[in-house]
Amino acid sequence: MSLGGLLDGPPAVVAAGVEVFSGALRAQGVDVADVDWRPPAIGDAGDLTALALDPRRAAANRTAVERVLAAGSVLTDVRPAREVLGLDDRTLLHSGPPLTWDAASGPMRGALVGACLFEGWAATVEEAEALLASGGVALEPCHHRSAVGPMAGVTSPSMWAWCLEDPVNGGRAYCNLNEGLGKVLRMGAFGEDVLTRLAWMRDVLGPLLARAVRSMAEPLDAKAILAQMLQMGDEGHNRNRAGSLMTLRELSPALVALDAPSDDIAAALRFIGGNEHFFLNLGMPTAKLAMDAARDVPGSTLVTVMARNGTEFGVQTAGTGDRWFTGPAQTPVGLFLGDYGPDDANPDIGDSAIMETYGVGGFSMAAAPAIVRFVGGTVPDALATTERMYQLTLAENPAMAIPIMGFRGAPTGIDVLAVARTGWLPQINTGMAGRVAGTGQVGAGLVQPPRECFESALAALAQEARAATAA
Amino acid sequence: MSAPGPGEGVRHVSLRSGVYADSVRLMQVSRDVGARDGVTAVLVAMATPLNVELAAGMGLAPDGTPSPDELLIGIRATDDDALAAAVTAVDTALAERERSRATADAQPARTIGAGLDDLDPNTAALAIVSVPGQYAALEAADAIAAGRSVLVFSDGVPVEQEVALKRAAREAGVLVMGPDCGTAIVSGVALGFANVVRPGPVGVVAASGTGAQQVSCLLDAAGVGVSHVIGVGGRDLSEAVGGLATLDALAALDADPATERVLVVSKPPAPSVAAEVARVSDGLATPVRSAALSPGTPDLTAAVEALLADMGRDVPAWPSRPGPGATAAPGAVLKGLYSGGTLADEAMLIAAPVLGDVRSNTPLRPELDLGTDLSATGHVVVDFGDDALTVGRAHPMIDPTLRLEAIARLAASGEAAVLLLDVVLGHGADPDPATALAPALREAGLPVVVALVGTEADPQGWSRQADALAAAGAAVYASNAAATRHALDLLGAV
Repeated sequence: MSLGGLLDGPPAVVAAGVEVFSGALRAQGVDVADVDWRPPAIGDAGDLTALALDPRRAAANRTAVERVLAAGSVLTDVRPAREVLGLDDRTLLHSGPPLTWDAASGPMRGALVGACLFEGWAATVEEAEALLASGGVALEPCHHRSAVGPMAGVTSPSMWAWCLEDPVNGGRAYCNLNEGLGKVLRMGAFGEDVLTRLAWMRDVLGPLLARAVRSMAEPLDAKAILAQMLQMGDEGHNRNRAGSLMTLRELSPALVALDAPSDDIAAALRFIGGNEHFFLNLGMPTAKLAMDAARDVPGSTLVTVMARNGTEFGVQTAGTGDRWFTGPAQTPVGLFLGDYGPDDANPDIGDSAIMETYGVGGFSMAAAPAIVRFVGGTVPDALATTERMYQLTLAENPAMAIPIMGFRGAPTGIDVLAVARTGWLPQINTGMAGRVAGTGQVGAGLVQPPRECFESALAALAQEARAATAA
Repeated sequence: MSAPGPGEGVRHVSLRSGVYADSVRLMQVSRDVGARDGVTAVLVAMATPLNVELAAGMGLAPDGTPSPDELLIGIRATDDDALAAAVTAVDTALAERERSRATADAQPARTIGAGLDDLDPNTAALAIVSVPGQYAALEAADAIAAGRSVLVFSDGVPVEQEVALKRAAREAGVLVMGPDCGTAIVSGVALGFANVVRPGPVGVVAASGTGAQQVSCLLDAAGVGVSHVIGVGGRDLSEAVGGLATLDALAALDADPATERVLVVSKPPAPSVAAEVARVSDGLATPVRSAALSPGTPDLTAAVEALLADMGRDVPAWPSRPGPGATAAPGAVLKGLYSGGTLADEAMLIAAPVLGDVRSNTPLRPELDLGTDLSATGHVVVDFGDDALTVGRAHPMIDPTLRLEAIARLAASGEAAVLLLDVVLGHGADPDPATALAPALREAGLPVVVALVGTEADPQGWSRQADALAAAGAAVYASNAAATRHALDLLGAV
């Protein structure tokens, strides 16, 4: 059978462009599907075509996305960030692309100040601000150290970090422990209650979790939990209820069996059970492991990182290594806690968009209809969002099945070229931090990356494709 | 309870047990009620410690220590009426069910790739791309990546993109028809400008759209018919493209059980490419005949007649309607006004040896170029389908305006002439071209010969159109070569 059976009988037709041809075909009884074509929204025709015709692209994207789908994620340890992330005293990690103190937004500054106070590098807020403003603390993106952090993502040497491993590709990824909701460091709060909680996490929770995790006969399979969450109404970014409870279930026997004060164990269990986002800090490194597996595949247009630092949104791709493509972070649209309103919200912040990069979160909105109401949407909106994301992505992840989509796999592996051509930007679910340092969380909602990230990523990929074709 | 609270206005704070709604729903209710006139602050939330603290910050703290499974409703308003209405609004909102359907409208595919994704992979499918030329390769590349053949109707695709697409297609085992491919028939399905032709044993590979229409219509008239007409785009047999699609189409037709003979229709190919096509053709099990239009080679009708002879079939009398027998005035010139480029070429190739130089916007030799003066005197053949004349308007096979204007201008000029026209029928073409042309032809009062390319089964009907044109005084021929020769007869040139 040659030409895919084209000459064996009347073919079905998919048409883009002038509709008169489709009409003539329908009149002949041909099965015709018209594409809702429109000129590409991002990038010039030359760049787009250079990428589309890059002979490496198809195979490179296949390789990249297969690595993403194959990646596993098991929890191997819990250790101080100082040890596993190589953090010296006077280095702090933060979310998103690289950032200076001068460019940092309110909540990022709040979290950095809080971390300096927590580490004892400064005794007062003013001292901490002066230290940071003088460049006395090195700031580095979490992503540069195989780590991710929600919201401000500020990770200091004394914080404990989840250590996860991808048994398939051999990668490692790290994330700090989730503090809960409301006034928390990652949302930019640094009050006494915040510091007290962080100290308890450092002195009690972290060591207990470390001992418990090391004692588990079967390591916790974070990817399996993420997969189950999608069957239980979570999308793994803004809704982690089921995942957090499953994590509690997995950790409880090991925690209870520890030789430790029962008050401490009870406090740890209460803390985990009371934090519906506890799993997020395990889900994020799970996604990070998968996306890191796709790094450095020349010719691939797959997005490996989407991350925000509260000032800028940054994107990396498999075909362009560690280069960041940035644009101004947008302000999320959503619902607000208490009296807070849109004017109180900081622009988009956090590494948690790694979830969407992996195909869950906003991309699997259909799995968690509750989330769509953050923007006054409906269940059909949730389904439509996921449907749209299928057109932006290279694969469906069979491990992450979405029940209401007929157990179709999550739309996984954003293709820069598809974003440019459809004009649809990735849909991200997110929390909202207060604009003013020290405020904490003000709401949650939906946000999209700025177009600029994809414009510059596309141009760089096209340049790389031309160079490779010429070579 | 309604009482003056801290700050201005009145407030309502209450706790309800046995009521649960998730936090998103409650935030939504808070937002909606907060947007009401006269309402200054709202918190509707489960009474968790965090929310109670938030309420306290808003001056809406409940009494005592509520349980987290109680629902806290705190509202501040400017007056009692607004407050009461707000409390009612909370109740209404909490009772409200989502009324929308739980299904999404299917999201329309935005690209050929997404459109093909929606198809059963076991279904034979073809993509058709008619988007602006600068974007055509993007969509065509999707089809190739999906393992599907693609017809690219768009023109203005750079030749290096055509080569890249055709190479990728060869690797993927699929075919790129085009760019600038306006005509194809695949398993009986007419694509673009194509005629309703009976099924038969002849496969046509065509680097020329109207050329393909001419030969397929003649094969139909001979009672033979076609298996497939595969368009490859006008540049396929150029040096740059090297016949990539022609060679792939030949291989596919060779493997096709419905195809017993192949006819390759083109304008003059690059010599090296012609040699390669001939070499490959010789190696096929299916006999291949070339109908490449050039000085000294048979015209399209002669090529079809030779093919019929190969097959042991009789050559029929090609359909025609004799004209009124009017002869041209002495010194009359040939004015060919064509919509099909290949048909215009064929007319010039037949006329030039008899008449001498024929000038054109698509000339046989560069020095015969008309430039922009389409109403030049002397022997002239104009191709109204040339890209330069279709910018911003439909092809003359759809929109006759330019050609009608040219006829009127010619008549007004008083230059003695024989008018030679093509009228192309079939899918995609003007639904009734004779009706538009007839008055113009009568008005012109010149001897007129029409090459009417089509079949009886075409939507316009060959005979219906032929009769209408004949009634307007035209001599009508199914063969463009025959029409041209008749025009030469009228000029007394043969």
